Amino acid sequence: MRVGLFIPCYIDQFYPGVGIATLQLLEKQGVDVVYPSRQTCCGQPMANSGFAHKTGGCDELFVRNFHEFDYIVGPSGSCVLHIKEHLHVAGQEDKAADIRNKVYELTEFLTDVLKVETLSAHFPHKVGLHQSCHGQRGLKLAGMTELMSPPFSKPEQLLKMVSGLELISLNRKDECCGFGGTFCVTEEAVSAKMGKDRVQDHLLNGATVITAADMSCLMHMEGILRRQQSTVQVKHIAEILNGETA
Amino acid sequence: MTNTAYQSHAERATIFNEDEARVNWHDETLWWVRQKRDRAAHLIPEWESLRELASGIKDNVLSNLHDYLVSFEEQAIQNGVQVHWAADAAEHNAIVLSIVKRHGVNRMVKSKSMLTEECHLNAFLSEQGIEVIDTDLGERIVQLAEEPPSHIVLPCIHKKKEEIGDLFHEHLGTPAGNADPQFLTAAARLHLREKFLTRRVAITGVNFAVAETGEFVVCTNEGNADMGAHLADVHIACMGMEKIIPQRRHLGVFLRLLTRSATGQPITTYSSHFRKPRPGQELHIILVDNGRSRQLGRPDFRNSLKCIRCAACFNTCPVYRRSGGHSYHTAIAGPIGSILAPNLDMKEYADLPFASTLCGSCSNVCPVKIDIHDQLYKWRQVLVQEGHAPLVKKVAMAGMAFTLSLPSLYKIAGKAARWTLSHAPFAVNNKLNPWYKNREMPQVPASSFGEWYAKNRTKNK
Repeated sequence: MRVGLFIPCYIDQFYPGVGIATLQLLEKQGVDVVYPSRQTCCGQPMANSGFAHKTGGCDELFVRNFHEFDYIVGPSGSCVLHIKEHLHVAGQEDKAADIRNKVYELTEFLTDVLKVETLSAHFPHKVGLHQSCHGQRGLKLAGMTELMSPPFSKPEQLLKMVSGLELISLNRKDECCGFGGTFCVTEEAVSAKMGKDRVQDHLLNGATVITAADMSCLMHMEGILRRQQSTVQVKHIAEILNGETA
Repeated sequence: MTNTAYQSHAERATIFNEDEARVNWHDETLWWVRQKRDRAAHLIPEWESLRELASGIKDNVLSNLHDYLVSFEEQAIQNGVQVHWAADAAEHNAIVLSIVKRHGVNRMVKSKSMLTEECHLNAFLSEQGIEVIDTDLGERIVQLAEEPPSHIVLPCIHKKKEEIGDLFHEHLGTPAGNADPQFLTAAARLHLREKFLTRRVAITGVNFAVAETGEFVVCTNEGNADMGAHLADVHIACMGMEKIIPQRRHLGVFLRLLTRSATGQPITTYSSHFRKPRPGQELHIILVDNGRSRQLGRPDFRNSLKCIRCAACFNTCPVYRRSGGHSYHTAIAGPIGSILAPNLDMKEYADLPFASTLCGSCSNVCPVKIDIHDQLYKWRQVLVQEGHAPLVKKVAMAGMAFTLSLPSLYKIAGKAARWTLSHAPFAVNNKLNPWYKNREMPQVPASSFGEWYAKNRTKNK
């Protein structure tokens, strides 16, 4: 099984540790992982701003970089969802469709494809899990409080395999953190308020670490935590599942 | 209602957020309603199939709207109802005026109707010297405050009870400082009773209109639609033409969903069926298009017309809860309003589809399964293509698209951004950067992942 490692642009530039943890975590599972070095961005920032017609360059690059792999795995529900829903390239539609079907977010790849049942990670902290919306409601990584259906959560399933980790419960299980891509600057007041409220829920319930399957939500919440001079840390779920390394 | 200069959702939301305690109160009040909705829905084991059924019935309605409307009209006329067709808001308002004038009346009562808000009926009639008293308690409160409703089900949800006490003191003569909800409600009841007894014309909205029988159903919790309609000589029911359902038995689906989704009640206190005028009474129905045909012709947006106006999407929306209904500067606020309004005026409402994080909660609570968040995304594309994007954004997006299409340029740009953040943080950490107002910038790593990979993995291709 050859897996193409899809590292979103902002993770590449600002959170290389998340990329490294993702790579190591997959390697530990015996997967042959390759990072195509000419990748940039999935195009979501433009598309969500109404400029989907400007993502042609990104779309073509993505197909060129990833079409040959058996699976494509990325540590971001949001970027993976964008590819799944919106990757189209004129003249290469068969390749684009194939990619849309074989691109996976990291935690669902671990639970659904690799069927991971145990992990060697140890993380003795009180952890709050932020259910990022695009992963949860878009990729259906977890049950949603709006729907009348039995609860489940793929990220939670994995976190429960980590020794020493105590998962705290939240007052609002799946409220958006307010990052929202360019929303975080175009609607700064509401975005920041949503972030503050989300962070507060974790703090009230005793989290010392906030985790998620999307670094963008965590980047937003980290910005607020650091402004508040809080000692609470954010960690991408890959970093926890991979153990305290990198 | 004063005409203020244009302010975008973001600008209005910024003002709303100046009082953080109030934002918290607004958010928690509406979250409480959302939780009530969850509890009510959990008591219905077939909730999700009920939503699917309602969605299917509404799809059928939209695909056969012409036939159902014609059938409804035929049945209604047979029932002795006078049916009017209005192409737009102006025609709707003119029809109401002509009926009122014919009866030589200059004052009337009106129960809740978002359609008349959409058509700005009150302002129009007021200019013609005709007084309209809103009889829904929440609507009467915002009317006294000279404000539009901020929520389609809970019109004065943005007002605290003390503010309502002050308003009633000023307008209804209640004792200063009395903010007891029960007392204020009793005062409103007395005040409205006099209006019901003396007004000869009553307007109501329509929640559902049944094509097979020509009857319509109005749902209220206060019975004010009934009080108005039963005491008046003339009853005018105003409805958007998408309110049609095929058969009476379909009410069993929609009435079960509507109020559970709206407020978490099993059903509204009053679900009143109107079929024919009582002897001596005139009953008018105005069927209004006002852009609905245009929306029906937009394949990506037509199913927004399935909306039954429950406002569940408002209550669940984390942006609505923290920006308030008035930030949407349109009669129907919230996520559904943000996909309906651009159909009415793209330029005026170009900001609304961007007032969302696309979290998707709205689509999940919608009782008729409108893909609201997908339509917000699609409206963004349409609005940009139609030229409604700010120049700054156009330039930024073009630059971003160019950089991200070229891996080598992307690497240089990334490196430059990281260098700036670590060596010249003042270039970013300043007032010109909206991110920095309430958040720190990410810390700069020693290298990018790409650089680390090139150094640490030999099988790099």
